[in-house]
Amino acid sequence: MITEAVQERENYLNASYGIKSWLLTKDHKRIALLYLHTITFFFFLGGIFATLIRLELLTPKGDLVSADTYSKLFTLHGVIMIFFFLIPSIPATLGNFFLPMMIGAKDLAFPRINLLSWYLLVIGGCFGMYAMLAGGVDTGWTFYVPYSTNYSNTYVIATGLGVFIAGFSSILTGLNFIVTVHRMRAPGMTWFRLPLFVWSNYATALIQVLGTPVIAITLVLVICERTLHIGIFDPARGGDPILFQHLFWFYSHPAVYIMVLPGLGIISELVSVFSKKPIFGYKVVAFSSVAIAVLGFLVWGHHMFVSGQSVYAGLAFSFLSYFVAIPSAIKVFNWTATLHKGSISYATPMLYAFGFIGLFTVGGLTGLFVACLGVDVHVHDTYFVIAHFHYIMVGGTLMAYLGGLHYWWPKMSGRMYPEGWAKLSALIIYLGFNLTFFPQFILGYLGMPRRYWSYPDEFQVLHVMSTAGASVLAVGYLMPLIYFMWSLRYGAIAGPNPWGATGLEWQTSSPPPAHNFEETPIVTTDAYDYAALAAREEAKVG
Amino acid sequence: MDSHTETPELQEQFETPGQQKEVSTLGMWVFLVTEIMFFAGLFLAYTIYRREFAGVFALASNTLDVVIGAVNTAVLLCSSYTMVLAVRAAQIGSRKALILFLILTILLGGVFLGVKAYEWNQKFEEHHVPGPTFHLERTTQQGPAQLFFSLYFTMTGLHALHMVVGEGLMLFLLWQAYAGKYTPSYYTPVDVGGLYWHFVDIIWIFLFPLLYLIARHQH
Repeated sequence: MITEAVQERENYLNASYGIKSWLLTKDHKRIALLYLHTITFFFFLGGIFATLIRLELLTPKGDLVSADTYSKLFTLHGVIMIFFFLIPSIPATLGNFFLPMMIGAKDLAFPRINLLSWYLLVIGGCFGMYAMLAGGVDTGWTFYVPYSTNYSNTYVIATGLGVFIAGFSSILTGLNFIVTVHRMRAPGMTWFRLPLFVWSNYATALIQVLGTPVIAITLVLVICERTLHIGIFDPARGGDPILFQHLFWFYSHPAVYIMVLPGLGIISELVSVFSKKPIFGYKVVAFSSVAIAVLGFLVWGHHMFVSGQSVYAGLAFSFLSYFVAIPSAIKVFNWTATLHKGSISYATPMLYAFGFIGLFTVGGLTGLFVACLGVDVHVHDTYFVIAHFHYIMVGGTLMAYLGGLHYWWPKMSGRMYPEGWAKLSALIIYLGFNLTFFPQFILGYLGMPRRYWSYPDEFQVLHVMSTAGASVLAVGYLMPLIYFMWSLRYGAIAGPNPWGATGLEWQTSSPPPAHNFEETPIVTTDAYDYAALAAREEAKVG
Repeated sequence: MDSHTETPELQEQFETPGQQKEVSTLGMWVFLVTEIMFFAGLFLAYTIYRREFAGVFALASNTLDVVIGAVNTAVLLCSSYTMVLAVRAAQIGSRKALILFLILTILLGGVFLGVKAYEWNQKFEEHHVPGPTFHLERTTQQGPAQLFFSLYFTMTGLHALHMVVGEGLMLFLLWQAYAGKYTPSYYTPVDVGGLYWHFVDIIWIFLFPLLYLIARHQH
């Protein structure tokens, strides 16, 4: 792929050749690239379903696809985007590549398990694709019983197995990260010298390890219910469908933080590097990641305010949900405090960081609306909720992912991406995103329910705006795909540290050698000590 | 499995053998945490339904054979003991004792699985398997009674599946021990395999009273 021009030195890309050297690699950097290709594929696949959804909603009548097909479209969009793109996205690609480098390690603690978790994602993806090609699945990504167990005639078992297997991929990544952060840090790399991206991935890993097994057993029970009719969720035998929702959301709410926490970590890195200041209140930001992970386990019932759970449970869950706002707000305030009097550069990754901070704030604040019992009764299962979580997942996670990808691209490939095109695409994505999803807040507030393929005429203007925004967004997403590939051959040589960043990953060559560092680094300074970096550079020159 | 031609002890991502051992052990502990959460979903369902249908659950529990359950508990506890002895044998470098105790562990695990299969078979004959032919005597609440047996089969079934994996693990350790791979300075796989074995054992220690002994004190 990459031409010989950058390849005088030995690095992880030219250390060995051939398909086997990739499919059997134990190098975390190569595995990260395997993941990068896989999730990019799933992202665009999920994007095709999103496109079809938006096209159907262009007109009030259900004219492009049938109601049944529409149900399959939004289900596949959700399943693919959540389980095969967002969950693995940042940890498995950027985390996999950079977490070991940022702590000065040669690799993750369990390289073979790391490769195994990629294969599990691919196998899980194959099950999902089989379900898709065989006829689809129409339960929604939430697999609610009794529809999924007793009534749906679609491929629930294959999809469930796919998600189950992909879940183990996520668990093993989390396990690997936890052990790596505990046991593989370089000499001098104390916990409070860890870059914040490492902290946020560590917090994410805790959720992956504690939460994912619960969705695994839940899916096992759904599959058993569907095949053997064991009755656990079947009211006819005394079983309780609400129990399914409790088990499902016990994982799936924390899963939101699996998706967004690594993004918060990236933004902390970007805000610091591109304002050339240590992050304001480092320890508080680090602990706020862990706080979000812990609080995330206490709020699942806010998805069930209208499900028939006890009103008192609803009150408690509503109350606890507000607490998530505290560590989230701490991060936003500390980023803005970091920007204050910083030497701010508006490079592409920073544009994404700015986009993230704005959109994440909107997504977070509307999260408070839906966490409020009374308001949620009004907006539950409407486009308001759709808009809210897309502001977090797409406006948050995806913006952070793209920001991180631009930021670390020079390190991964050894080449710079074209700055002008990148800035343009960041702008297009930001505008397209808001045009797509802001009208959905209004739609939902006016009463447009989710998962419907037709709607009353008065909603059309807002739906057309949303569809128009989606097509702008599609252009914005295709641009990086093209210019990143272009840059592999024609991009300017990046050099080891194009951003003047402090992280250990920038102290080795680009692309890094197979074992990351020529010799094990010894850490003597805090994570964002730009003065020490400048002194070191000066000493090198002098 | 690939035979390591280079130093078998230290994989290249580590600095020292000590670090490697710590990593393997911590990895297994974290894995066991995920296992606890995996079983926790079932324990939660059990707790909720037992509270809701206390009478039927007690009745259904009484149809399980306590003697068989107790024997199996004893068998499993003994296997944990032989596992500990195997780890000890590896520690002091006694290859013969290691092989002996691994074989004993495998045999005891096999006995447990055999007894379990016999028990399940009994349930089929007694029509205690959830489904159209299910029937539990002396109660009109056939639905909740089926719930008990659904939980019984899922929980013991998942446990048995973990036992089968454990047996596979033990066979692997036996093969490696036979080939003389383990020395007092490198026996981490035996150690880590032991952790897993004990965990599966502990799950059964919870399952036995929850499933077999619900109403024993009433008699």
